[in-house]
Amino acid sequence: MSSITESFARAVFLIYHLDRELLRIIMLSLEVSGTALVLASLAGLPLGALLGFRNFPLKGLFLTVLNTCMGLPPVAVGLFLYLVLSRSGPLGFLSLLYTNTAMIIAQWVLALPIVASLSHASIVSVDPVIRQASMTLGATPFQISLTVIREARYGIMSGVIAAFGRVIAEVGAILIVGGNIAGYTRVMTTTIALETDKGNFELALALGLILLGISLSINVALHVVQKRGLAGARRWP
Amino acid sequence: MALRLTASHITKGYDGNPVLRDCTFSFAAHGVYVLTGANGCGKSTFLRICALIEAPESGDIDFFSVGAPLPKDLALRRRITLVLPRVGVFNTTVFGNVSYGLRIRGIGGSRARKKVSDALEFAGLTHKKDQNALTLSSGETQRLGIARALVIEPEILFLDEPTASVDQKNTEIIEEIILNMKRDRMTTVVITTHDREQAKRLSDFPLIMDGGKISAV
Repeated sequence: MSSITESFARAVFLIYHLDRELLRIIMLSLEVSGTALVLASLAGLPLGALLGFRNFPLKGLFLTVLNTCMGLPPVAVGLFLYLVLSRSGPLGFLSLLYTNTAMIIAQWVLALPIVASLSHASIVSVDPVIRQASMTLGATPFQISLTVIREARYGIMSGVIAAFGRVIAEVGAILIVGGNIAGYTRVMTTTIALETDKGNFELALALGLILLGISLSINVALHVVQKRGLAGARRWP
Repeated sequence: MALRLTASHITKGYDGNPVLRDCTFSFAAHGVYVLTGANGCGKSTFLRICALIEAPESGDIDFFSVGAPLPKDLALRRRITLVLPRVGVFNTTVFGNVSYGLRIRGIGGSRARKKVSDALEFAGLTHKKDQNALTLSSGETQRLGIARALVIEPEILFLDEPTASVDQKNTEIIEEIILNMKRDRMTTVVITTHDREQAKRLSDFPLIMDGGKISAV
């Protein structure tokens, strides 16, 4: 019990003093997950909109696959990408394995289905009368789509925040494709796994607390966004 | 030149049940047309078809300005508008809702602000302009729908059951707005209602829908 308390105390000390290495690990985590999220949003939002506004053959099957991919096991994604990016794999010539780019690709794969699927769900749940009202006021099809997306904005933002929560906390995929190389591809979650293995609980706990803080901030943001959306949806004449 | 509307031999049904049967009518003169009829007789369907929101199974909707019928394109759709019974409020301020029609037409700045202010004043909503429109009462929401339609100065305005779910006070305000439009005689207004007394108060041209057809009372 005393060792846990001691580890906590030293973890708080580490956070308070925030040495250069710790800061570098935190910043790299945010950079990798942030970049993956931006790229996933750039692809996922149009994909969600396309699925929300257009009908095409096998759309139902595509949606089922997309929804299933929301729960992709990170280690499976990591393993698949490892095989693709390793020297003997089809994209081995790009030499991306054990780089930040590989970690961004892995997290992009994990975030994309969440952003796309939740964007689609938000768009199709917009009351059809919004589309009709927009049409009666003389909007073009493109303007109607933009209006519907605007009405779905809180749901879409929730999806983006949820995707960030998923990627910032995952360890399996980036551990496999990033290699957890000190000073190069070591991020918060992989450091926690490594330091726990080494019995260096102070650093693991310090990073765990920071990660918890980030998760808490994400959840607070999600709560605020959902509350604003609900306040809007409470009255829908 | 004023816009005129002719509905010719309109047929429409849902799930095999015919609602409009060979329905023909011409809205040739300026004024307020009030269409009454029992619930489910097809009044709203007729209005939606006239407002080019829904297509008929057969028959034609034609708008004329001079000579030949106008093509049913965006330019024509922007000369008419329909206020739905459930208005379809956008999750933004009252001002943002009313200015929508102007924004999508590329009208902004002081000209847009003036038009929106005038429409809000006409609908008695000036004091609510900065409020989120989703927090308005049912009656205020209907008035918002009318203000949102009026700001784009439609040549033909369709109002589908504008007082169906509002209290007496708001019904009176909405009727006053319609009577003001009637006095201005700038817009052809087509209203549906199941309230025959209201139809008498508002109409220049009382109409009735029965058996899927329209006839003058």
